[in-house]
Amino acid sequence: MESNNHYNAIVIGGGPAGLTAGIYLSRARIRTLILSEGTIGGQMILTHEIANYPGVESVSGYQLSMIMRNQAKKFGCDIKANIQLDTLKLDGEVKEVILSDGARFTADAIILSPGGRSRTLGAPGEETLKGKGISYCATCDGDFFTDKEIMVVGGGNSALEEAVSLTKYASKVTVVHQFDHFQAFEYAIEEARSNPKISFMMETTITAFHGNEKLEGVEITDFKNGYKQNYPIDGVFIFIGYVANTEFLEGKVELNIWKEILVDTDMQTNIKGVFAAGDSIAKRYRQVTTAVADGTIAALAASKYIHELHKTIQHA
Amino acid sequence: MLYTNLKHIETAADHQKFISENENVMICCGRMGPMCIPVYGIMEDIEDQYAHVKFADMEFDNPESHVIRNVPEVRGFMGIPFTMYYKNGKLVKATSSIQSKAQVTAILESEFAEAN
Repeated sequence: MESNNHYNAIVIGGGPAGLTAGIYLSRARIRTLILSEGTIGGQMILTHEIANYPGVESVSGYQLSMIMRNQAKKFGCDIKANIQLDTLKLDGEVKEVILSDGARFTADAIILSPGGRSRTLGAPGEETLKGKGISYCATCDGDFFTDKEIMVVGGGNSALEEAVSLTKYASKVTVVHQFDHFQAFEYAIEEARSNPKISFMMETTITAFHGNEKLEGVEITDFKNGYKQNYPIDGVFIFIGYVANTEFLEGKVELNIWKEILVDTDMQTNIKGVFAAGDSIAKRYRQVTTAVADGTIAALAASKYIHELHKTIQHA
Repeated sequence: MLYTNLKHIETAADHQKFISENENVMICCGRMGPMCIPVYGIMEDIEDQYAHVKFADMEFDNPESHVIRNVPEVRGFMGIPFTMYYKNGKLVKATSSIQSKAQVTAILESEFAEAN
């Protein structure tokens, strides 16, 4: 199939997995398009400093994203960021993607790497008070809460490490966690527990945010007895993990109960010619390095698939 | 220093000149952080599409950005970036923290609608 809008491979997602796939495919002279619903870099840009990416002593997530993007472009990969998907057809030999602006692209193979996003509580008031007392980034917004009382929601490493870092600014930090124990590593728990500015509300969660121009208080529900109580508070930081950006794939590829994409060791989904990589697949460890590895495997497997597909067509 | 491809506003005087010389202006005031970079990226992507709007950034920690940080409309803002929309030199809309492309374009469409 020959057309300007036909690519050998379309990669959906512009994080480290998608960019790596783009680099490998384009370098192999496979005409490739990366479509990213967000900014190029995905969740990698959420990291101020990456100090454990082999070969690079220290780099910001933004810088590493730009390097990967430029590498992919250098090899001839087309990249479109901040697009909105409208239609995705994965069945059949020719895959089809239509964007909300009407642009239509087809491909021999698709690599899905839509990544994930920070989980929100979904409580009333959360969306309207975001940036007005509710934050998802301690390093960005911590200094707005100097000498103020805040809450941190979550019980993993991020929540406890950020609770400790926020004590540099806040006069008091209360960790609100839904379980009676933490999921964080022991060192993070110990550091938080030994900090005199930090207190804990276990087996509770925030069920509503109150305030008009800015956050003024929260409703806390106690899971032990179901009681709800309002507390005045200046700020809330939410660190309750990530969810896969796979809503648009429901009914199209096989997902597990957490809506993560199921793949085999070649990153092949249950649909022929459709591969997946990165944080949106079912796996245990989510790091830039693992996303890069997934993207590499998906690209190599997709290359092989495309090559065999073209051989079949030539022989037909 | 903001490492974006947007126009950088460095001083309060530049800010005043920029908003008074252009009818429709969007300025994102932030840092090179995770809540700000996506907004800069959106602005870079839509710059050509919204040719009747002028886009720029300003560094949040630059003392000169008091022209954004201290206006009454951002009282209660506790998350960067502060994104400001000006029409004929007047502030018509301001948002706090990360925004999606849909949220940004909805404001551009409503505040800076082009006459048919």
